[in-house]
Amino acid sequence: MAAITMKNIVKEYGDGFKAVRDVSLDVQDGEFMILVGPSGCGKSTLLRMIVGLEDITSGEMRIGDRVVNQVAPRERNLSMVFQNYALYPHLTVYENIAFPLRLAKKPNEEIDRRVRETAEVLELTEHLDRKPANLSGGQRQRVAMGRAIVRQADAFLFDEPLSNLDAKLRGQMRTEISRLQRRLGVTTVYVTHDQTEAMTLGDRVAVLRKGVLQQVGSPRELYEQPVNLFVAGFIGSPSMNFLPASFDGTHLDTPLGRVPLDDPRKAEAVGDRQVVLVGIRPEDFEDAELVSAEKRQRGATVRVRVDVTEWLGNEQYAYVPYEAPADLAGQLRDLSRELDSDQLRTQAVVALDASSLITAGDEAELWIDTGKLHIFDPATGENLTRDEERVAALGRHADRAREAQRRAQQDGNGNGRPEAKAGESPSG
Amino acid sequence: MRESGRSRVLWIIATALILIWTVFPILWIVMLSFKQPGEIGNAPKFLPRDWTWENYRTVFSTDLFTSALINSIGISLIATFVGVVFATLVAYAIARLDFPGKKIILSFALAIAMFPVVSLVGPLFNLWRDIGLYDTWPGLIIPYISFALPLAIWTLSAFFREIPWEMEQAAQVDGATTWQAFRKVIVPLAAPGVFTAAILTFFFCWNDFVFGISLTSTGNARPVPAALAFFTGESQFEQPTTAICAAAVVVTIPVVVIVLLFQRRIVAGLTSGAVKG
Ligand SMILES: Nc1ncnc2c1ncn2[C@@H]1O[C@H](COP(=O)(O)OP(=O)(O)OP(=O)(O)O)[C@@H](O)[C@H]1O
Ligand SMILES: [Mg+2]
Repeated sequence: MAAITMKNIVKEYGDGFKAVRDVSLDVQDGEFMILVGPSGCGKSTLLRMIVGLEDITSGEMRIGDRVVNQVAPRERNLSMVFQNYALYPHLTVYENIAFPLRLAKKPNEEIDRRVRETAEVLELTEHLDRKPANLSGGQRQRVAMGRAIVRQADAFLFDEPLSNLDAKLRGQMRTEISRLQRRLGVTTVYVTHDQTEAMTLGDRVAVLRKGVLQQVGSPRELYEQPVNLFVAGFIGSPSMNFLPASFDGTHLDTPLGRVPLDDPRKAEAVGDRQVVLVGIRPEDFEDAELVSAEKRQRGATVRVRVDVTEWLGNEQYAYVPYEAPADLAGQLRDLSRELDSDQLRTQAVVALDASSLITAGDEAELWIDTGKLHIFDPATGENLTRDEERVAALGRHADRAREAQRRAQQDGNGNGRPEAKAGESPSG
Repeated sequence: MRESGRSRVLWIIATALILIWTVFPILWIVMLSFKQPGEIGNAPKFLPRDWTWENYRTVFSTDLFTSALINSIGISLIATFVGVVFATLVAYAIARLDFPGKKIILSFALAIAMFPVVSLVGPLFNLWRDIGLYDTWPGLIIPYISFALPLAIWTLSAFFREIPWEMEQAAQVDGATTWQAFRKVIVPLAAPGVFTAAILTFFFCWNDFVFGISLTSTGNARPVPAALAFFTGESQFEQPTTAICAAAVVVTIPVVVIVLLFQRRIVAGLTSGAVKG
């Protein structure tokens, strides 16, 4: 087990394309780090540099205390699960899992014991004699995991391991991976562009955009205190709404209506900017009729025309189109395209309580939780209202939560599930 | 419905025509090989008047033929083995590595495949006589390998290209050296391709006539296709046509058997590069 330390890592491909630009990232010993970002932002490239399949153009990569820039993949002692699993089709499941051990020239009894233990943990025992071609997607995925965990690697690297599975299986495997990682306590770097995986699996999440690291933090920190427009828009589904607004010292004038800005810290942060972008998450809206009078005081109420509603049973989405100045509208469109979102027009997405009776075409009163809104500089995209105190508090909370989870998992091992004991030995 | 019925009939007719066109000469040779030596010219009929195995007996009791058969088998097998091993290594390098001159090697291989073999025979004849390779096994094996290599390299590199590179990278991460990854993962996966290349190379050597007749002079190294030309039959006074036909049938049999057994593989091997690559 080891920490992975990246210092000013740059990757320039042979054709001159810079896929990773000056990334510095510390993955602590035993930490579960998620890499997210839109397609083509350099996630796989970064992962492949860690494992050694891609040369590092400049910068320093350390695993433990060893600089590995020039070390061959097989000497880095990392294990990797590829996006398409890359199982060896000519070998049985048993031999696939045993492959790294055979290369390490382990004695036969040890290989047999470890393969069987691993198969037990991953519930593959009855498939050991089959060939990968005859397995289902989830089984193949587990074989790939088995090959990764069977030896005592210093870290696990995953490149979108669940992207080929259907939604149900993905959910199952997600919890499986989480459990396994906490139990083995091995440093893990996990690439994904799935929101749920990013938010639920990781101790910390690193967001990449066009090869540049945007923000690293606990999922909560990214969600509550994003550093810029990009992270704010990327984390969360549906994405945060960005409304162009002008500020007159007390109120923000948005296309949805006038919203008071009471918080002096936020007002100060805006400074003398004429135009800003106001970021409000869909769930920070509510049908004003359902909000108690006392709560209403803590926010603002606007009157809007609702274009479309979608009722999902547990909640309800409403779409509110608005007019934006042409230059800002263009900028927002570019952003939403970059975020792989399919929003073509400027409209606010609003999550309402399922019991709300607002219907499409109505003029409706919406309540906005103004305490949670963010204000961004339209020119730089920077979040002007990020709360450093809150960030620190969230950081402490994340550390505590992680400790607690580890402990609970380890306790669970001692007196718990039947496969727990088998799982411990591969972790060494 | 009518339209498709008619086109079906046309297809069947066309197929039958082509079949007759190609099968007839072969059948004719087979029939000749079962006739009495004296029957040719006296009774011009397609079917033999008296079926006989005599020609085959003659063929197998002639030194000329049996030694040629041994030469053919030995030379073809050795040339195939050496050629395929070389071709595998070259094709792997071409498919996987980026090195200067890769394009040149490929075009060079193609150029050799296009080269008119006959124009080389004269110089080779002189050279082989000077350095003592004339009428020896290596004297045939060497040109066979050089002319079979291009096709084998092209076939194999198409196969290698289709093996996902991640397979090899996975092996490297699992702790394999480049050589181990090649031996334990790539070669087993490319086995069908290697096999196809081997069959094609074997045919090339087995069927060769030009080198066989020009670079040999005795039973030392003369392969069957060349030996047939020197066949005299049992009696000096009769035309050896029927015996030659029997010998031709004997050498054709391995080819036919191999093709029938591995038909699918050969077609897949020949087209895999064209369709997917
Ligand atoms: N071998 C290569 N040569 C040149 N450019 C490359 C090469 N491999 C990747 N790139 C470029 O580098 C960028 C990052 O690629 P990478 O595969 O890391 O993206 P990614 O974040 O993993 O995307 P995805 O989510 O689609 O897998 C892409 O723009 C891609 O075009
Ligand atoms: Mg990728």
